[in-house]
Amino acid sequence: MNVFLDFEKPVAELEGKIKELRHLSDGSEVNVGEEISRLQAKAETTLRQIYGKLTPWQRIQVARHPERPHFSDYVTALIEDFVPLAGDRTFGDDRALLGGLGRFRGRSVMVLGQEKGSGTEGRVKHNFGMAQPEGYRKAVRLMEMADRFRMPILTFVDTAGAYPGVGAEQRGQSEAIARSIEACLRVDVPLIAVIIGEGGSGGAIAIATGDRVLMMEHSVYSVISPEGCASILWRSADKARDAAEALRLTAEDLKELKVIDRVVPEPLGGAHRKPDDAVRSLGDAIAETLAEIENEGAPSRRLARREKFLAIGTALA
Amino acid sequence: MNWLTNFVRPRIQAIVRTRETPDNLWTKCPSCGQMVFHRDLAQNQFVCTNCGHHLRIGPNERFERLFDNGTHTRVPVPAVPADPLKFRDTKRYSDRLKDTRAKTGEEEAVVVAEGTIGGRATVMAVQNFAFMGGSMGLAAGEALIAGARRAVANGAAFIVFSAAGGARMQEGILSLMQMPRSIIAVELMHEARLPYIVVLTDPTTGGVTASYAMLGDVALAEPGALIGFAGPRVIEDTIREQLPEGFQRAEYLLEHGMIDMVVHRHRLRDTLVKLVTLMVPEERAGAAD
Ligand SMILES: [Zn+2]
Repeated sequence: MNVFLDFEKPVAELEGKIKELRHLSDGSEVNVGEEISRLQAKAETTLRQIYGKLTPWQRIQVARHPERPHFSDYVTALIEDFVPLAGDRTFGDDRALLGGLGRFRGRSVMVLGQEKGSGTEGRVKHNFGMAQPEGYRKAVRLMEMADRFRMPILTFVDTAGAYPGVGAEQRGQSEAIARSIEACLRVDVPLIAVIIGEGGSGGAIAIATGDRVLMMEHSVYSVISPEGCASILWRSADKARDAAEALRLTAEDLKELKVIDRVVPEPLGGAHRKPDDAVRSLGDAIAETLAEIENEGAPSRRLARREKFLAIGTALA
Repeated sequence: MNWLTNFVRPRIQAIVRTRETPDNLWTKCPSCGQMVFHRDLAQNQFVCTNCGHHLRIGPNERFERLFDNGTHTRVPVPAVPADPLKFRDTKRYSDRLKDTRAKTGEEEAVVVAEGTIGGRATVMAVQNFAFMGGSMGLAAGEALIAGARRAVANGAAFIVFSAAGGARMQEGILSLMQMPRSIIAVELMHEARLPYIVVLTDPTTGGVTASYAMLGDVALAEPGALIGFAGPRVIEDTIREQLPEGFQRAEYLLEHGMIDMVVHRHRLRDTLVKLVTLMVPEERAGAAD
């Protein structure tokens, strides 16, 4: 653990003490085992207290945590024989949105998603997970291929949004996103979308129009960032916390609004504390969801998905 | 929502408003700054008589100019849950809606009507920038779906005028869901092999552009209209440099292959008549399948 969020400070202090004690006792006769267990228990209780009542704003910090597992971490752990596929066959390859073929628990699947990158170099290489038109056109290409080969599609959403740049606009960012949503709606194979970190607006829905939409417990999904919303509606970026509350962007909120289908539990203290556990938890959830979709036996996956989206929001009180 | 509240009331209010406000006698062109006599402007379809700038106009001006003889009836849109998030910023969303309804005389940002164009059955949806910036929420999505369904049922063309700053933020994620939902409306048109024509007007940005606005069989735009995904200010803040002249304007999009043509408002009806009659041959006209 290197990066602690503001509200994790009490835990950071306890863990610092534990580390110090271990270091002190190294090679000495002093028995600190009991004290360490006591501190560990306290750290866990504190963590449970903090994470038991995270505010929406704190959720956003967790969702954006630099050590949170990214697309590549999930793919490495969940997908065997992964073969990355590149390029939109028109202009270039977008490394903010990755994808490829692989095997998930024994069966061929197509996976795609935004990769935010790690470390300064990695983040720049992947453009912080903000895709350009080429990324969405690659997504369309891969989804169409999956449809042709009757493979389920798994998408992993983790982006602050589509990239706002001159080139992106020039090459049709809007059209590319619209076509990607259209492709999601058109395929006749199961499409499971998972919000693993940040689900940022159009850049997210472009690959998240799925038969089922899952959210990791501490991920967020929103039409606009709370910062952006605050500066437009409150005319002050300082109101981002208020905007975060008002937008209802947490996994529980979205489940309640019937926009997502399942909340995937994360290990205590967030996916960044125990990435392996988070990845396993999601793997099981995807496997169950896939079985559930297939057991439904809808005569047309495409039409079932359409009905699902047509129903969203219409029956809310 | 019945015919009376939906159609008659807005028109009466519009008439009353014009008479009551002496300011309306003159309008300042937002582009060249020239004061133009309101009646001249109206006669010129709200194109500045001095510089040719296309001012923003509402649904009624469109319907009356574009349908054959201006004859049309409103297509009812199913009611949607009001304020599903109980959203409040500096003001309650429900109050904002109430105020906007009173001010515009319209129920929501997207208004749908049907009639004929060049003798062909046509449904038209107009996104009204005056209604909370044309923003797309549940009601807008529902209006586009209702419009497409009506068009398919009647074997009609569907013409959509886009104009929006983007999403209805006060409806949060439900506003984002209108991107796939409006694209379903487009799919219904494609599957029925009926024309889906988009006229992009000033401004069309955000999720609206990245959904139904960019998926027309034919995409027209009004001269000078701002069209893009990210707003110019957001892009400037990101790249920290000034944007090129004419960036994200209709002419720029034409040059970059994103739309079919830029059409002056005076030639819009002729263009639409030509398109609709070409795309729906006489022998197919009115044959719903
Ligand atoms: Zn002028």
